[in-house]
Amino acid sequence: MHFDYWLDNFWSLSVGGLTQGAIYALVALGYTLVYGVLRLINFAHSEVFMTGTFAVIIAWDMLGYDLNAQRPGTGVVIALLVAGLVAASLTSAGTALLVERVAYRPLRRKNPPSLVFLITAIGASVVLFEAVGLLTDRKLKGAITLVQPKEVFSLFGASVDNVQIMIVVAAVVMMFGLEQFINRTRLGRGVRAVAQNPDAAALMGVNRDRVIMLIFMIGGLMAGGAALLHIVKVGSAQYDVGFLLGVKAFAAAVLGGIGNLRGALIGGLLLGLAENWGAGIFGTIWMNVVPFAVLVLILMFRPTGLLGESMGRARA
Amino acid sequence: MSEQTSTSVATDAPTETLLRVDNVTLKFGGLVALDQVNFEVRKGEILGLIGPNGAGKTTCFNVMTGVYKPTSGQVTFDGDRVSGKPRYAITRMGIARTFQNIRLFPEMTALENVLVGTDVRHKTSVPGALFRISRVRGNEHTLPVVPEGGNPIVRAWAKVRLASARTFGVSRYIAEERAARDKALELLTFVGITAHADEQAKNLSYGDQRRLEIARALATEPKLLCLDEPAAGFNPTEKARLLDLIRKIRDLGLTVLLIEHDMRLVMGVTDRIVVLEFGKKIAEGSPAEVRANPKVVAAYLGVPEDAA
Amino acid sequence: MIDKLLKADGRRLGFLAKMGDRWRAIPKGWRFAAGLAFVLLLVVLPRVQIPIIDPIIRTTKIDFTTVLFTVAMYIVVAVGLNVVIGLAGLLDLGYIGFFAVGAYSVALFGSPQSPLATKYPWLICVPIAIAVTMISGVLLGWPTLRVRGDYLAIVTLGFGEIVRLVAQNSAFTNGQRGIGNIPYPPGTWPEGGGGFLDPAWGTLPIFGSATSLGWYWLALACVILCMYASRRLEHSRVGRAWVAIREDEDAAEIMGVQAFKFKLWAFAIGAALGGLAGALFAGKQAFMGSNSFDLLTSILFVAMVVVGGAGNLAGVTLGAILVWYLPERLRGIELFGVELNTGEYRLLAFGLALIIVMTFRPKGLLPKRYRSSQPPVVAEEATA
Repeated sequence: MHFDYWLDNFWSLSVGGLTQGAIYALVALGYTLVYGVLRLINFAHSEVFMTGTFAVIIAWDMLGYDLNAQRPGTGVVIALLVAGLVAASLTSAGTALLVERVAYRPLRRKNPPSLVFLITAIGASVVLFEAVGLLTDRKLKGAITLVQPKEVFSLFGASVDNVQIMIVVAAVVMMFGLEQFINRTRLGRGVRAVAQNPDAAALMGVNRDRVIMLIFMIGGLMAGGAALLHIVKVGSAQYDVGFLLGVKAFAAAVLGGIGNLRGALIGGLLLGLAENWGAGIFGTIWMNVVPFAVLVLILMFRPTGLLGESMGRARA
Repeated sequence: MSEQTSTSVATDAPTETLLRVDNVTLKFGGLVALDQVNFEVRKGEILGLIGPNGAGKTTCFNVMTGVYKPTSGQVTFDGDRVSGKPRYAITRMGIARTFQNIRLFPEMTALENVLVGTDVRHKTSVPGALFRISRVRGNEHTLPVVPEGGNPIVRAWAKVRLASARTFGVSRYIAEERAARDKALELLTFVGITAHADEQAKNLSYGDQRRLEIARALATEPKLLCLDEPAAGFNPTEKARLLDLIRKIRDLGLTVLLIEHDMRLVMGVTDRIVVLEFGKKIAEGSPAEVRANPKVVAAYLGVPEDAA
Repeated sequence: MIDKLLKADGRRLGFLAKMGDRWRAIPKGWRFAAGLAFVLLLVVLPRVQIPIIDPIIRTTKIDFTTVLFTVAMYIVVAVGLNVVIGLAGLLDLGYIGFFAVGAYSVALFGSPQSPLATKYPWLICVPIAIAVTMISGVLLGWPTLRVRGDYLAIVTLGFGEIVRLVAQNSAFTNGQRGIGNIPYPPGTWPEGGGGFLDPAWGTLPIFGSATSLGWYWLALACVILCMYASRRLEHSRVGRAWVAIREDEDAAEIMGVQAFKFKLWAFAIGAALGGLAGALFAGKQAFMGSNSFDLLTSILFVAMVVVGGAGNLAGVTLGAILVWYLPERLRGIELFGVELNTGEYRLLAFGLALIIVMTFRPKGLLPKRYRSSQPPVVAEEATA
């Protein structure tokens, strides 16, 4: 245990944790949306994120910006970011819809126990990442370091760079955009209605299948955003990136209160912090243990999460 | 026959308290589901708990059987607190129940459903079921039987087993399983569905499923049997048979709590009635008293006589 | 199209059920004799060239005996995981964790290279390994078995990952370098081999590196023992409680079944069998690194139980054979001029199998047709 190390580097650990947490939060939204409406854990959501990261790299590659490319100017960087976002969002949303079509919809008519859905989702997850793994020879695929990290200001001695600011701001903006969509629009109202009472919503003329497709798609779009931010931060993609990140994002969703949109943001940021602090205290090799420990503790003491399961009803 | 039973009970009316609901209040968030409810169930009686839809009958029932914990007040059974105990422990104390929306174990056979009920009184532990070491003296039920005629090897083997069972005793596991099976069959006969003992619960008819639920609850050897709308969906003939069954259960020495909104059924079988409305108790007394109570009439019956 | 497929599948299921009924209609003595003969066949399988069957089942690229050992070991895993998933209905995605704990227990208590340096012989290490895994099962189950079923899956996944990380990184397990010189059971092959065994093995240790035959026989014995124990539990009050909990946990508890206690037992018993399999694995490997315990293997564990037929011992055995034998048999076979690389495609294939089997036959390829462990009542009354 290195508490002194943790204290000395408290602010830089925190800034790093919040940045990673913002990405968790965006992925966590996908889990939260699906759970809020279907009461199911979409185990394949991690792969939705993973395909997004590859989409960014492939898009940049096709535009001629790979590892060997010259550092582009500001205007081109923005254009590339937009292109990456579009590619990642479309790919992730497409993957999410595919998962829904293949692993969920054929079963939904039969109304089996929820474990069956979990198993097909695991199957879909394995198929996706094995397929990508085979296509990429299970190798790391690198991309250009598009945005060079540059210190913008310093917080109690810890430097905060432009990439970190960009990630956190982008995540928060997407998050609130989504909340406005769910709370203000007609489609969003349909989502809330199905989440609260699927039968009544169906009687009121809400098309449940369309709502389900919609939430899978939105979850995919958010995961696509997360994928772009991940590539900007890390610079490379690998077929098994989704596995751990997915479980962590799920832990974040449970921490905040699964089914609760703001909970996903709070949970993601807190989990990122906890993970980085844990790494500081116990050493980086134990970093991946922290989310699981958090998950178990939350489930034991407050199974509805910090903010409660507002989209759905809490059930013990 | 039915009149006879009800009059005989009326003469030596039971007075000893079995279960007491003491100032129970239950709130869900801001909603008050039960408000200062007080009543008691006396040993050996059939108590009806009635009220219009949404009056809090099932909620009250759930508090009494430990599914919900009251916000304030308490439920005592045989002098022990019920609230706060784990649900299986409450069953072990001697409270058994059926469900309004039938909840059998659909894949299991009728017999096995009842066997799950007898589980409460089993002593065999998990290692005990695996190793089957502890022994008890065998009796004619549990000792192995040597078949008449047939294969000599099989007979010789059966003789060896019989001799060993005589000397070392039979495993307690087998003795318990046999006893449980006998009891389960007895209960299936009692509720009248022995013919369907080997059928899966999901394949039984609706009425038989309700009877099976009662048998399963009786298998836990309760002192108090709580029936949650046992006649829901029954036709008049089935209802009459159910009434007989409830009386038979009382004659076994059990106390019965009956939640029902079929007035004719409640009036015909109960010794006393408690009426709930909007989570409050509004009346209590014999069927005749309750029927005459203007509050009840206003709240529930609408017209003095059962108009149906 | 799908309806047609489902109908055809229904006919196949009916056929399976009929076969099962015919088998059970045979007198008990004959069934016992047939079972014994089958076990004998399995015992001699690696050493005898059986016409017709042999060319079909013998693996070409990899030593057949070793493959048989591997499959038998994973059948033990399948039987253990079947208790957890098939009987009690708890989805455990981190079962590999118990397997790893069992394997590492043997390594730590037995190897001279371990920091414990107790150097116990293998036969003593096995009960220790089983005890340690049972305890780890209870420690994991205690906080997590109260949570919702689908959460349990994720928490157990975390457990599997944590065990791997600890094994990989802690100094206690020698981290990446691993632990070697793991003990094995005593005994040497008889000289000459008696015409059945290879004379070249004479006086070499039975459980050494010359042949996997000893390990295969040991694993086969473990399979039979575990299946027997599992059946005993299944057909007792314990199995009834598990099924009741799986069907409707609330109703079971209200009927007086201590759901939590029985779920914990299911976890502990499942863990114990996982630990036993791990002990076999460690002894056979003689070296323990952490690379053998990744979570994808854990998903293959779940796949063999679920695809084979959860709750049905024949089903999970089929699952284990599909997952661990089939790829080895198909390895190196040329199809349309392309050599099959089954190791590489195994996960992909079973991922697909999970989706397809769950969609068409949610109870697995060999589904458990519910059958009461009780002798029938009605027929009995009629004859009495």
